[in-house]
Amino acid sequence: MYQVDEKGFYGQFGGAYIPEMLYPNVEELRQQYLKIIESESFKQEFDLLLKDYVGRPSPLYFASRLSHHYQTQIYLKREDLNHTGAHKINNTLGQIILAKRLGKKRIIAETGAGQHGVATATACALMGMPCIVYMGAVDIDRQKPNVERMRLLGAEVVPATSGSQTLKDATNEAMRHWINNPEDTHYIIGSVVGPHPFPDMVARFQSVISLEMKQQLLEKTGSEDPNYIIACVGGGSNAMGAFYHYLDRPQVNLIVAEAAGLGLKSGESAATTHLGKPGILHGSKTILMQTNDGQVVEPYSISAGLDYPGIGPVHAHLFETARADFNYITDKEAMIAGRLCSQLEGIIPAVESAHALAVLDQRKFESSDVVVINLSGRGDKDMRTYMNYNFDD
Amino acid sequence: MENRIIDLFRKKKKNILSVFTTAGFPNLTDTVPVITQLAKEGIDMIEIGMPFSDPVADGDTIQASNKIALDNGMSLEVLFDQIKNIRVHVDIPLILMGYLNPVYQYGIEAFCKKASEIGIDGLILPDLPLDLYLEDYAEIFKKYHLSNILLITPQTSPTRIRQIDEASEGFIYMVSSNSITGKSSGISDQQKEYFQRIEAMNLKNPKIIGFGISDRATFSTACAHAEGAIIGSAFIRALTTDENLPNQIRAFAQSIKQELR
Repeated sequence: MYQVDEKGFYGQFGGAYIPEMLYPNVEELRQQYLKIIESESFKQEFDLLLKDYVGRPSPLYFASRLSHHYQTQIYLKREDLNHTGAHKINNTLGQIILAKRLGKKRIIAETGAGQHGVATATACALMGMPCIVYMGAVDIDRQKPNVERMRLLGAEVVPATSGSQTLKDATNEAMRHWINNPEDTHYIIGSVVGPHPFPDMVARFQSVISLEMKQQLLEKTGSEDPNYIIACVGGGSNAMGAFYHYLDRPQVNLIVAEAAGLGLKSGESAATTHLGKPGILHGSKTILMQTNDGQVVEPYSISAGLDYPGIGPVHAHLFETARADFNYITDKEAMIAGRLCSQLEGIIPAVESAHALAVLDQRKFESSDVVVINLSGRGDKDMRTYMNYNFDD
Repeated sequence: MENRIIDLFRKKKKNILSVFTTAGFPNLTDTVPVITQLAKEGIDMIEIGMPFSDPVADGDTIQASNKIALDNGMSLEVLFDQIKNIRVHVDIPLILMGYLNPVYQYGIEAFCKKASEIGIDGLILPDLPLDLYLEDYAEIFKKYHLSNILLITPQTSPTRIRQIDEASEGFIYMVSSNSITGKSSGISDQQKEYFQRIEAMNLKNPKIIGFGISDRATFSTACAHAEGAIIGSAFIRALTTDENLPNQIRAFAQSIKQELR
């Protein structure tokens, strides 16, 4: 009941609200994606790359000092150890193999913090395909190292100068580019957002996270099922990967951390389910931060990977059906949790992932509870944010 | 009362000139003066753009006009209030064009009711695709006598064009190339081939060509293959805040229409 239906919906959310100009591309993808990604030769190529190139399976690490601190059993799913430093590469490799099999010659992508852009540029370098990454002009300015990584990898980084010049505008620009280049170009969307079949396709490529978790938990705890899985959600691809194989196991509690920025009522927030309502953006119906007049609101979070005004339609459905519990975490709570993890475990998490860790401060768990935190990315890219943050305020 | 779009195409078979303007642009209160002046200049039909924060099918010019209009304070409430008496002055077909989300927030039925009361004849909602329109919207549009104008592009398959023709009432909006608005200059042989291919399909609905129609030359090429054409970005570019608005509109209309009368 949590999987996409035949028409591309998750309950009332999802669908493909796209202009006719995009219809042939999206329809081609819809008709082909399952056939291709379920074929044996695709699986072989994808699995081999995940193993030898990404370094999968990513470890499930029992964090003993964090566990002692919070008096519960904490496991970290180490997506931060993947090549390029986050879960994003799982999706970009899957999509680029698919794009090749569709006969596409060029790749475009959008990026916010630059993590998805780097993962796309990496996949394109690996496959020898030209790559254009749209990035908000404001983000280009605040994420210089990732811009340089993409350029070194051979990608062209194009500033999105429209609107608020951040992730949603980069997404708009990528869609416009796709409209203008309908035949030879594949658009690698970076999260479980966009028109059907993108949310389902990206979820499938990320589902390797929970597939591995089941096996790893069985070995370590004697059960495939943890009591809780906690993940952050911007668009929601790492969370979807961590939840995927547990959606139909109600005994496993799913917890989402949304970015509340400076606070829910501050006007500077990205906690979509707490501040938004159903609406249509970037090809799907989802929960959306917007004005009463239906104009999209620019979100804020200290984490550039979480400041998206919507969430994936599947998450809107998990929210509406109360399958997952949606928490909101402020900048400060995330930064403190990120520092604590660094100092107790020697693992510097991405600021995005620190939002998931901060749930440990908000919720009380039993000492016997098995709590898995999806550590979606590493904090190297966030050093400036950590260094400049005033923890004492 | 009969739908003015259908009436127009019954009376006029060629050289139909339709103009797109963004509501609340260049100034908030310019909406009605622009529409009124366009009608005075003999424009046949007007698309009134409802601005949106994220217009993915539009190029720089219309994006910028959307942003200016929103910054000016334009909203659906304001727009409906501005144009509530538009039918006192203007009797050509009027179409509301915009993205789905603001309409969805207003409430589909409330929106259609209001539009119909004002005397709007049709809607163009580019991100409302055919299947979702037929499933969830067609009945409501029909109830309020609003034509839903659907788009086709050079990539649209013949089967789908037939489906769109079947579901359309009024005209079909032929996107001239694989592009967003305001992009191309001139009309290529490849585009002409596409125009001819569609002409040969003998669709039941008349066709209006839009996207990339910017001047007299492109307008008359489009008119050779369809009942008319829509000019959007080029008109938006012709409007500035520092000159007399009616004069700008007259100059624009004349630059397109001369020799076609």
